[in-house]
Parts: sequence; C-alpha cells; structure tokens
Amino acid sequence: MRMLLIDRRAWEEGLKRAAGDYRLIGPVKEKEFHSFRPLAAGQLPDFAFQNSRLSPKHVIYPQTEPMFTYTLEETREDRHLLREVVRDIPPTAVVGIRPCDAKAFVLVRLNFDTPDVQDPYWLRAYEATTFIGLGCNAPCGSCFCTTAGCGPFHEEGLDLLLAETAEGFTAKVLTAKGEAFARAAGWTKPAPEGTEAALQELARAAEGRITSFVQTEHLKSIPVNDLYHAPFWDEVSFACINCGTCTYSCPTCWCFDIQDETRGKAGVRLKLWDSCMYPLFTLHGSGHNPRGTKLHRVRQRFLHKLKYFVEKYDRGIQCVGCGRCVRLCPVNIDIRRVCNMMNGYAVSGEACAIP
Amino acid sequence: MTSTTAILREIAARLLSSGAVEMVIGFRQGTIPMMNEPCFVRKPDEVGHLVWDSHCGINLANYLTDRKEKIGIVAKGCDSRNVVTHILENKIRREQLVVIGVPCRGMADKRKIAMKCPGEILRVSETATAITAEGEGFSRTFEKADVLQHNCSLCIHRNPVIYDELAGDLVEEQQGVDRYADVRAVEEMTPERRWKYFEDLLAPCIRCYACRNACPLCYCPTCFVDESRPQWVGKGQDPIDVRTFHFLRAYHCAGRCTDCGACERACPVGINMRLFTKKLEKDCRELFDWEAGLSLEARPALDQYRPNDPNDFIR
Repeated sequence: MRMLLIDRRAWEEGLKRAAGDYRLIGPVKEKEFHSFRPLAAGQLPDFAFQNSRLSPKHVIYPQTEPMFTYTLEETREDRHLLREVVRDIPPTAVVGIRPCDAKAFVLVRLNFDTPDVQDPYWLRAYEATTFIGLGCNAPCGSCFCTTAGCGPFHEEGLDLLLAETAEGFTAKVLTAKGEAFARAAGWTKPAPEGTEAALQELARAAEGRITSFVQTEHLKSIPVNDLYHAPFWDEVSFACINCGTCTYSCPTCWCFDIQDETRGKAGVRLKLWDSCMYPLFTLHGSGHNPRGTKLHRVRQRFLHKLKYFVEKYDRGIQCVGCGRCVRLCPVNIDIRRVCNMMNGYAVSGEACAIP
Repeated sequence: MTSTTAILREIAARLLSSGAVEMVIGFRQGTIPMMNEPCFVRKPDEVGHLVWDSHCGINLANYLTDRKEKIGIVAKGCDSRNVVTHILENKIRREQLVVIGVPCRGMADKRKIAMKCPGEILRVSETATAITAEGEGFSRTFEKADVLQHNCSLCIHRNPVIYDELAGDLVEEQQGVDRYADVRAVEEMTPERRWKYFEDLLAPCIRCYACRNACPLCYCPTCFVDESRPQWVGKGQDPIDVRTFHFLRAYHCAGRCTDCGACERACPVGINMRLFTKKLEKDCRELFDWEAGLSLEARPALDQYRPNDPNDFIR
C-alpha cells in the first residue's frame, strides 16, 4: 500500500484540482452541527468535528429518490409506461467520511447487491463514489466501533485513509479508486519510511480511547425463538415513542418504501427511506398489522440488527458502532444495553425458563 | 441522589406495597449525559431505578394513553397539565391515577449546554442552582437558569396542577414572564419574510416524527400523514409535504398544547417547531382566555361554544 504525505498547501490545492474531476462531498457545519454536503467551489471540508449528526448514507441512498415517471395522458405515445429516471451521478468523492460510515456501506451492499437482485440506483451511486476516510483521533464517548466489527482507523470500505498530523495529513492509498483520486489531486509525495508504523500507532492510540463496548459473541448461537420470546422486550420497548430517529440516523439501516405521487395525469414513483419503527411499515392491505405494537417494532429493530443479520450473512452485527442512535434517541433507548442483554441472555440460560 | 429522587422512591415503594397502584411511571438514570429514560417499576424492590434531576424533560403523560392499569405517574408541572388533558380527552381515567407531583425548576437544554462547551460532554452533575459539565480537559459550571430549555425559562406553571402525592415543596411560580416575544417577532414579519423564515426553520426536517411521537397530544390511532385512503400528504422530502405535516400537526394541538417542550427536545436536528404551537397557544389565550390543562372542570376552548366567543374573523 502506498503512503503519501500531504501538507496543508497540497491538501487545499489538491482538493481544488480534484474538484475538476470529481463532485466533492464533505462535512460542513450548518447552524449547530455537521452534515455531509456537496462542497462549493473552493470550499474545504470542515474537519473540526467528531462525526456528522446524521450519517452520510444519503450520499449513496437519498431519502427521496425518483425511480420512474409515468403519464396517463392518452394522447402521449409513452402513456402507461414507466420510464426509468437515471440520476446523473458524476464521479464523486466523499472527503472526510469516518471509517464507521464507510464500513456501513459495505454492510448495506449485502442487501442491495445480491447474486439474484441488484439495486441499480444504489449500485450506480456506490460505484461512482470514492471514499476518502478520515481516521478518528478523538472518538465520542458513545462510540463502540471496536466491538462492532469496525474501528477508528478501520479500512474496509475506504479507498484512501487520511490521518491528520500537525503538518497536514498522511494518506494510505487502499484501492485503485483511491489511487485515481490521489492522482487527480496531484498528491504524489511519498511519505517517509516509518509512516505506516506511525499510522498504526495512531490507530492503536485511538482504539485505546474507545470507552464503550458491546458483547456479541453469543448472538449467533442463541436460538432465535428464545430471543424473540425473551422477557425483557416489554421493559426495553416501554420508553420507545416509535419515531424514526434511530433508523434514519443509522448508517446501516436500509429499508425503503415505494410510493407513487401523481399530479394530474403525470406521476412519479419514489423510493423513500422507511422505518421499522412506524406502524405503517408492516400494515397489510387487509388492515391487519403483524407488528401492531411498539414492542413488536422495537424487538424487530434489535433482532434484525443483532440476530437475523448475524445469522443470515455471518458478517457480525448490522451495526458499526457509530453511536448516533444512542446519542439521538429522544428517550435514551441504548442499543449497547440491549445488545448486551441479548448476548447475555444466552449465557444466563434463562432461555430455558421460557415456556 | 437528589432529595426529590429519595422522596419519589419512598412514595413509589409505598404505593406499590399497599397495592394502591400496579405500576409507577417515572425516569431511570440514562446511559449518556443529560438523558434519562422513561421507565416503569412494578415492584417495591425496583424503586431504586427511579431518579429525578434536570434531565427529565420528556413528558410522561405520553405513556398513559389508553393504559388499563392503576398507575402512579411522576408529573412535573407540564406533565400534570397533559395528564389533565388526557383525562378530559378520555385517554385515561382519573380514578386510575395516583399523580406524584414534582414541583419543577425547569429542565436543562442539552443542546444549549453542549454548544457552550469546548468538547464532548462526558459527565454532568448538578446542585439546586447549577449544572457542571465535564469533558476531556474542561469543566464548565452554568447557572441552571441560564441553560434551561426555552419553554422552561418561560414556564408559569412549574407546580403540578393536580397531584395526590408531592415529591418536594411547592416552588414559587415565575412572575412577569413575556411568554410570546418570539411569536410576536414572527407575527411582525412580512408574509414573504415569514414564509422564508418557516422554510429555513423546517429545512433540516427528516420526517422522523420524533416531535409528533414525543407529544402526549399525538395519540391518533392513525395520524393524518399515515393515512393511505385517501393519502393526504406525500412521504418524501418535498418541502410542501414537510410543511403540511408541521402546520397541520400544530393545528391539531390548538388549545391542547401545554408548551412542555417535548417536541423540540426530541428533534434530532434541532428544529424549534414550538413556534407553531405557541402561536396557537397565544391565540387561545387572547381569544378565549384559555390555557390548556389547568382544570378538570373546564372544557377546552375548541370543545365549547360561548355566545360571546370572538367572531370578528367571520366576514
């Protein structure tokens, strides 16, 4: 892997140059918090942040995405036909994405890119995008990435990993996409001997600053029905107000709804984020709702992330430990606590007591 | 442990032991700074979970809707007004409730405190009048009055309006508060400016519905935004749909909202949607001399016709 040295000047000039070939997206502070937004010409990403308030998943997977348009105008030749809306996606680079959020796309890909079915909307955007990661020197107190299959300098899902230094950055080129971006930015100066070791040292130090953990080792082996019928769901779900904050802020939540919106005889079919927290998520046409109570819905969210996903893909939990749902839940439902309860439930053997 | 916490535990243990209630709804210690979690306790030996401090801003009346048990409900001033509203609207019966009133000095605004600190807050402690936030390399102490939720700083009903038990001495109510300066500022804008102001206000909305769901008034079995036959509102990020949701939700709260601030507190992106409900609260006060949730005897403004109701707006 090639290691590069980028001083402040090369950084600023490099991004300006790269902006000729890429649409740049980076963290920008709006009012009180950071969001990932397209950078204006000459605008630099603002790295004075721990992480963005909401995840950058919208870069690949917009909350509202037109899939098709149609017309019922009988005089038109294309009446009654769904016409695909192809989103114009120029080569894009997300500059300063945290390793947890980049890893999240790898997990989400498992859903949108399967041997049988590929989601062209998600895949086109993902393939057009280069992920320039920013190692996390100061993780939040509520981050638990190191026990969620990730870490503050985790490389999976990144094309290039930056580490901030006093003079600027060191960069580790991880993929051909990362190489192409470095070339476009004119970042060519090789880092001196020992830089990779220094990067590893930074990563170790950052990992040492993580103070929050989850236990997941028993989640796979404990029978799903035992967890489903575990006695703690009433207590876990009590405070839940069934808003979508956890799922909408989560970088790994991928569920969507499809809606037609019409105006006169013209219409558009939209792909929209949806949330398993909403009663409407599972409401049947008959009026029956198989997840009719908040207990059902809260249990579904945690079982999906921490059990069904684990069993189906054997890739760990469907969570990268970014801590957003922990920080943003209006009523302090904490996935770390629930994960540990689920994981501990198997060990305690209480499962046997459930009829 | 604050003395309020100790008193709450004592009351809860007594009510549960005697069988006066089947459950007590209150708060337990949160897992992150400045957050507590609404919880229930059913056994006297579990009352040690209950806590009280300046981070109990969520309105617990929300957890009473259509429950069947006999419940002890911990209620600060605004919660108690929403308990009254719930009783008036038949969402719970008075006989089911033992209201454990908590005279309140206001809840802390976690965003305000975070913005005044130079780094991530890792620990928070408090005295009767001050809150101290600490993180790596810093410690800041604030006068509690300076970091209250906005609605709490304007509150004129800090004492519970109904209660069967009281967890502490009644507090002095704030006098001479100008509750509607922010609403007047919006009223004074030109329509164009106001429209732009609302556009900016609602631009960050992600339609998570935390504001609606944190609100004790929003208990409709199916909210109008979730209706599908017919579908009144689109579900995407179209600004018209976003505004329709916020404006209509506010109108559904007219004459019912107690300005408890749960909506604003719950919002993950910091939208002050209270501006809308406060405008309606102000109108109710000016037109009908009505404040929500103060009495079990009076019918709400929009629930009652009086021959002298103002009707100047009918032309």
